[in-house]
Amino acid sequence: MNVEMQRQLGVMASAQSRWAGVLVTGRMRARMYEVVKSDKLTPDVIKLEISAPHIAKKAKAGQFIMVTPTEHGERIPLTMADFSPEKGTITIAALEVGKTTRELGKMKAGDKLFSLVGPLGIPTHLHQYGTVVSIGGGIGLALMYPVVRAFRQGGNKTVNIIGARNEKLLIYEDEIKSVSDEFYVCTDDGSKGHKGFVSDILKDLIAKGRKIDLVYAVGPIIMMKVIANITRPHNIKTIVSLNPIMVDGTGMCGSCRVIINGKTKFGCVDGPEFDGHEVDFDNLTARNRRYLPEEQVALRRWQEAK
Amino acid sequence: MPEEPKKPRKIVPKKYPMPEQDPKARTKNFDEVPLGQDGQTAILEAQRCLQCKPGLNRKLCMDGCPVEIDIPGFIRKVQEGNFEEAIRIIRMKQNLPAVCGRVCPYENQCEGNCVLGRKNEPVGIGRLERFLADWERREMKKGKVQVPPSTGKKVAVVGAGPAGLTVAGDLAKLGHKVTMFEALQYCGGVLVYGIPEFRLPKEIVHAEVDYIRRMGVDIKNDHVVGKLDTVDELLQDYDAVFVGTGAGLPGWTGLPGENLNGIMSANEFLTRVNLMKAFKFPEYDTPIRVGERVVTIGGGNVAMDCARTSLRLGCKESVILYRRSDAELPARREEIHHAKEEGIRFELLAAPVEFIGDECGNVKQVKALRMKLGEPDASGRRRPIKIPGSEFIIDAQTVLIAIGQSPNPLVPMTTPDLRTTKEGTIAVDPEGRTSKKGVWAGGDIASGAATVILAMGDGKKAAKSMHNYLIGERSWPAPEVFEKLSCEM
Ligand SMILES: Cc1cc2nc3c(=O)[nH]c(=O)nc-3n(C[C@H](O)[C@H](O)[C@H](O)COP(=O)(O)OP(=O)(O)OC[C@H]3O[C@@H](n4cnc5c(N)ncnc54)[C@H](O)[C@@H]3O)c2cc1C
Ligand SMILES: Cc1cc2nc3c(=O)[nH]c(=O)nc-3n(C[C@H](O)[C@H](O)[C@H](O)COP(=O)(O)OP(=O)(O)OC[C@H]3O[C@@H](n4cnc5c(N)ncnc54)[C@H](O)[C@@H]3O)c2cc1C
Ligand code: SF4
Ligand code: SF4
Ligand code: FES
Repeated sequence: MNVEMQRQLGVMASAQSRWAGVLVTGRMRARMYEVVKSDKLTPDVIKLEISAPHIAKKAKAGQFIMVTPTEHGERIPLTMADFSPEKGTITIAALEVGKTTRELGKMKAGDKLFSLVGPLGIPTHLHQYGTVVSIGGGIGLALMYPVVRAFRQGGNKTVNIIGARNEKLLIYEDEIKSVSDEFYVCTDDGSKGHKGFVSDILKDLIAKGRKIDLVYAVGPIIMMKVIANITRPHNIKTIVSLNPIMVDGTGMCGSCRVIINGKTKFGCVDGPEFDGHEVDFDNLTARNRRYLPEEQVALRRWQEAK
Repeated sequence: MPEEPKKPRKIVPKKYPMPEQDPKARTKNFDEVPLGQDGQTAILEAQRCLQCKPGLNRKLCMDGCPVEIDIPGFIRKVQEGNFEEAIRIIRMKQNLPAVCGRVCPYENQCEGNCVLGRKNEPVGIGRLERFLADWERREMKKGKVQVPPSTGKKVAVVGAGPAGLTVAGDLAKLGHKVTMFEALQYCGGVLVYGIPEFRLPKEIVHAEVDYIRRMGVDIKNDHVVGKLDTVDELLQDYDAVFVGTGAGLPGWTGLPGENLNGIMSANEFLTRVNLMKAFKFPEYDTPIRVGERVVTIGGGNVAMDCARTSLRLGCKESVILYRRSDAELPARREEIHHAKEEGIRFELLAAPVEFIGDECGNVKQVKALRMKLGEPDASGRRRPIKIPGSEFIIDAQTVLIAIGQSPNPLVPMTTPDLRTTKEGTIAVDPEGRTSKKGVWAGGDIASGAATVILAMGDGKKAAKSMHNYLIGERSWPAPEVFEKLSCEM
């Protein structure tokens, strides 16, 4: 045995052929996604403009991205609230509900995101419907803006109804107003506009016999369910944008499955928009509560570490 | 190097043992189960090899290797203790030796053909390959890998699974400029999102990918082809395109109650645990939960991986529900053996008929039927037949569905002139060419869910064909060829 061989054998014996210590990680990544602008829309809604020219070039209204803020982070879906092929940026707005969205809330211009995938999901079906009544609540308002803008550009008459708990939580109000033919605001506490729910205005429009060709609703599950129940007896086509829990967002896992007309569909590739009259909202509500205890652990741990 | 004496050796009937983690201890951690051999043992194992010469009228080890590794050649170098040369010989054909040395079903491949294996145990070719790759990763300097001068030809590879990585590596070795597009944040395909850490540590996959990167391959992660650029758009910028997007679509039973909370596809479960590292929650943010009893439906490698992962996540009992008998379990024998050692309960000849939930929408029970075996079906395996009235109930808080995956539809859907078969696979000729000029496909997207080494074999063939096309005449088979292929299959 020569010296070299003895050395080799010695090393092998001591290291026991474990790979430990040989650390080549996946961190060497070609792409990083830089935050170019960060704003707070309300105390707990963050708006981020992110440099992602390849996504901005292809994005369409109604599509979303999957973002993983850090290497240890969760992959979460967020709808694109805006995108600009010219600037090469996309904009997201997130309600800070848990660990990941709060982590995004801390992002400043110049920070980099670990992973950003998109544009995902089927874009909103744009068509000249006639009169489109779009209804948004809470964080849904951010998602609603590019869609109503596209409806308007597509030659529809846009009636937009937006709502939030109180005036301070109304976001994207001016933007949505700027693409509205008719515009209504509601707050639960009456601090602005109509005191009550967005559904009240819709009921009113229907009662007045207004011609409505399409209803588009995005917001809390319960809001979308109520809207769908209102339009069903009148046979008004109703599109809702669902928010099931996702993992990959590309159709690989089925975490996002929703029941549509009794059939299983994937929210990420068959949606996120579906016919509101066919959605099993109760199943979606139950499925979205799957990881509540773990979500609370993650949040508490993150808050304590700060 | 001193000459080893060449006198005829006595045959050593069994492989030298592979040290393994104790079954009790390992169900508490995600560390690798087989620990690997040391250099001394590797040399002894290599010395069991008879150095058969090809040409005689019989199949040898290398005939069983889809990527055509010169097996006697590298083993010879191990016998001599020249590990550096041995791994170089493997690397000439094999871009992922550390992976294949672990997960290749070698018992049906190279080792299945080994002459020694007729009367005794075959030479441990897989474990030698693993040893050399691990040795290389530890001992050899990292730097740019030598590649020939550029040919000026550009190739796009879609999907960084074993098939795509093979094509990328092989074409880079020939001097072509390769760009790889991968939908996920890490490369490796099933190797990173499916196969668990305790069978294939992710650092190893990252290191193998890094080797390919060091050959000058440009890797673009987070890039979903079909949603960003389509194949048609890629063809405007690249001379040739390879599609290796795998069989990522989970299969479902379609039984009542399947959408209850606690019921997941194997893909969701394994992706959360492996790709997103949920087994390290809350250090990593992605959550996973298993109840006291986990029932996994299916009997393949994927099912074994689910059942064994569940144990490690802390369930009290992990049960496999499979509709045929032990002999038909499609998983590798080694995996079944490991699963049994770890205390997985096999509920064989049983098939689910319904999932029963509680009032909050969580699964609580699986209702199943006993089966018996009838005549062999088209696959040659005996067909399971229901025994009427044999319903029984198993309590379960988590149910994992591991009954197969089908081809990923995104690329075929967004590439209108790419012909597919009725199973949804992309139709390819024996060289991996598709109905679209300049586009090749291979791996699970072309064959349906198969194995790592077969995906790599496909990649090898495609790379050869692509190289000829890139440097030579750009001819293409007539459309009728693919018409035939897409209805035949
Ligand atoms: C297509 C789609 C578009 C969305 N667009 C927006 C948007 O533009 N702005 C916005 O604020 N929110 C949006 N959401 C919801 C957003 O993804 C969740 O609020 C976010 O994942 C919460 O993560 P967290 O860690 O901060 O909170 P957690 O504490 O982890 O979860 C809070 C709640 O959010 C939901 N949730 C948790 N994890 C996920 C996940 N991986 N995928 C989906 N939902 C999850 C669950 O219902 C959970 O109870 C969208 C969801 C979908 C499916
Ligand atoms: C849990 C599990 C255990 C297994 N165990 C074994 C084993 O022990 N031994 C064995 O030999 N085989 C095993 N297999 C099978 C083996 O892993 C596969 O046959 C093999 O990985 C197929 O390789 P591939 O390159 O064709 O596809 P994949 O490995 O599936 O890779 C495809 C890649 O393409 C990417 N992709 C998909 N669509 C797009 C798109 N539109 N744009 C960009 N990228 C895209 C995917 O993200 C993925 O990374 C196992 C499989 C599973 C699921
Ligand atoms: S790649 Fe697989 S088949 Fe080929 S020599 Fe290695 S273990 Fe055997
Ligand atoms: S068939 Fe077996 S004994 Fe013969 S060369 Fe191959 S590994 Fe060695
Ligand atoms: S999120 Fe995995 S399939 Fe939709």
